[in-house]
Amino acid sequence: MREINVEKITDAIENMCIEANLYLPKDIKCALITSQKKETGQIGKEILGDIIENFKIAEKSQIPICQDTGMTCVFFEIGQDVHFVGGDLYQAVNEGVRRGYEKGYLRKSVVGDPVLRGNTGDNTPAVIYTDIVKGDKVKITVAPKGFGSENMSQIKMLKPSDGVKGIKDFVLKVVEEAGPNPCPPMVVGVGIGGTFDKCALLAKKALLRPIDTENPQKYYADLENELLEVINKSGIGPQGFGGKTTALGVNIETMPTHIAGMPCAVNISCHVTRHKTQVI
Amino acid sequence: MKKIMLPLTDETVCSLKTGDRVLLSGYIYTSRDAGHKRMCEALEKGEKLPFEIENSVIYYVGPTPAKDGQIIGSAGPTTSGRMDKYAPVLMQKGLRGMIGKGERSDQVVKAIKEYKCVYFGAIGGAGALLSQCVKSNESVAYEDLGAEALRKLYVEDMPLTVIIDSFGNNIYEIGRENYLKSKT
Repeated sequence: MREINVEKITDAIENMCIEANLYLPKDIKCALITSQKKETGQIGKEILGDIIENFKIAEKSQIPICQDTGMTCVFFEIGQDVHFVGGDLYQAVNEGVRRGYEKGYLRKSVVGDPVLRGNTGDNTPAVIYTDIVKGDKVKITVAPKGFGSENMSQIKMLKPSDGVKGIKDFVLKVVEEAGPNPCPPMVVGVGIGGTFDKCALLAKKALLRPIDTENPQKYYADLENELLEVINKSGIGPQGFGGKTTALGVNIETMPTHIAGMPCAVNISCHVTRHKTQVI
Repeated sequence: MKKIMLPLTDETVCSLKTGDRVLLSGYIYTSRDAGHKRMCEALEKGEKLPFEIENSVIYYVGPTPAKDGQIIGSAGPTTSGRMDKYAPVLMQKGLRGMIGKGERSDQVVKAIKEYKCVYFGAIGGAGALLSQCVKSNESVAYEDLGAEALRKLYVEDMPLTVIIDSFGNNIYEIGRENYLKSKT
């Protein structure tokens, strides 16, 4: 049994919140640079140039890439031989978020009640997921999620008879309805299978995988490529002003499901798809 | 890119066409969801707004906090559609321009045409870049709303694209059509 003091978790979360909001992941940066070279839409090309300039300014001047520094999603993979000591894990995570958002001058965007509203003032609570895995390490991923794109996400309980065509049609419908709102070029996370709740989580987890990687199953890797190609023929383009670059990547995650169902969730993200991972 | 000095005149508004890339300079006000709700509640009660709305421009933004020595933090646009419920009455009261991102409702487009307004797009997700154009930042009202407070900014050469012009033409429709036409 390996003991880990939760103070370590707090420190890690604090740093990851700040860094995720200042430094765009390399895969997204590369995709933006490549897309700008290939873009043929005139306004689209200029917009992509400004978007590239933006992440450079963010790094150099230490200003958050986007003012929507998100609701903080935290994903844990906890080795089953780990024993947390020194306090409550969830409280430690929220303390890390609180400190990171204060120290990093990040926007506090969380309201304490979905209907009655009221800003909590420190961006807590975080959305926390824990998976138990083998070993004695803890892998933490912090993904601040902006709501311009989150609001454009959808889930559908497809019928098995809808087949892969049903999935393709649904993903394209969601992208079409999102249009210019989620700050395209977007990243599209697709979850297929599981239950209603698990399917949405798969879609969110799909957004954590670098877009220069493929689903390990060839069938789904091909589907990712096909969907990306079709989405980029829609003409929506950067910011919706017309062009080739509507999406930077499509990631699919799947899991077994029930004989009666084929849930499909589409979690839309923007060109500021942020995540930071650390292993303790 | 066309340079535009605020306040907007009838001549400028009518000369702007959808898809124009412009550099905007002058005073603008910031407001988003909660601020709009308050402004419209004030109007319903017959109260005055906390700023002179005639010929003004509102930027839909909730910036990150400024560090010491900084004028403003990251300051990109939020999705405008959430302000659609409130925008027509503000245009009726004299609002001339809106800066945001994303689609607007039919009622907003109708009001844009009726009151001769412009809807500009700032690049969503480019808050660091856009923050560099802000040269002054003062609080006007609703300070308790934090990031959603009503602020007056002086912007210099803010890079924008005309999304909906005063004739109701929309780059989200035209830009896409033109791109797809160029491919066939």
